[in-house]
Amino acid sequence: MHETMVAQSLLATISEEAARHNAKPIAAKISCGGLSGVNDEILCFAFEAVAKDTPCEGMKLQIEHKPLRAKCRNCSRDFDVDLSMPKCSECNSENFELLADAPLLLEEIELQTD
Amino acid sequence: MKKVDVVKKILYANEKYAFENVLFFAEHKKLCLNMISSPGSGKTTILTRTIGDLKDRIKIGVIEGDIQTDIDAERISRTKAPVVQINTGGACHLSAAQVNAAIKKLPVKDLDLIVIENVGNLVCPSDFDLGENAKIVVLSVAEGDDKPIKYPAIFAKSKAMLINKIDLLEGGLVDFDIQRAKTDARRLNKDIEIFPVSARTGKGMNDWYAWLTESIKNVALLKTL
Repeated sequence: MHETMVAQSLLATISEEAARHNAKPIAAKISCGGLSGVNDEILCFAFEAVAKDTPCEGMKLQIEHKPLRAKCRNCSRDFDVDLSMPKCSECNSENFELLADAPLLLEEIELQTD
Repeated sequence: MKKVDVVKKILYANEKYAFENVLFFAEHKKLCLNMISSPGSGKTTILTRTIGDLKDRIKIGVIEGDIQTDIDAERISRTKAPVVQINTGGACHLSAAQVNAAIKKLPVKDLDLIVIENVGNLVCPSDFDLGENAKIVVLSVAEGDDKPIKYPAIFAKSKAMLINKIDLLEGGLVDFDIQRAKTDARRLNKDIEIFPVSARTGKGMNDWYAWLTESIKNVALLKTL
């Protein structure tokens, strides 16, 4: 993934929101899907670098990885897919279709209020 | 401390242009394919052969993405097909904004199909939606049959997969278990269409042409692929 691009985009959105509320941002919650390939360590490092000397400096990022989901064509159940061993977790069938992957989202920002 | 719900797509800048491109292709009823593979898998050769073989039936326009040079655009130009080169200057994938600018330089009304040849890279281009109708992945036998399981995202997201350079399999020049590549790709993506081809000799290309022809027809009728 392109963590630096993601970090820059995050910085722009968070700065905008923080300015609107006239408060300092201290944390943000992000979520992504199983195919998005976001690496937590690289994203946090990139964010730290782009946020330096901005009101976002020192912010904590919490990154939630939502599992990739699939629908089994044998037992009709939805399940979490492990791409290294892709099969239905209920009936072990390999006949399934992938459901839409969760998008890369900025979900929530925590602002300091005092 | 106060929590603010935002719920905003982080790659919104790209998605905004991708959506514009979706509308553009839908409005013109044209099929747009985003072709993705490792460097050297034969994307340009597949295109030049396809353009030449189908020239009396299908008009194809090409958007060429490369880090630098217009070598590929020149190869496409020799077929007389319209082509726009995008040089990314180091970036490893095309963005929807670059494609948005490029489609305006193509004679889209006169075309049946627009192919975006993405920068050679099996990883990053799969993350950036360009507004295409479908992604096409190319895997050449020289790369190894383990690629679908090692780089799952692009195989999971593609409508079709071309296994290229199958002429190398004859005479055992390359160890590539074609059944393994197919099985692994289908395990990720049950409906993926698979075309083993040699763009050099022309072997297998007719099935790919039939799929293209059918897909162009479906888009013109506004059916989803």
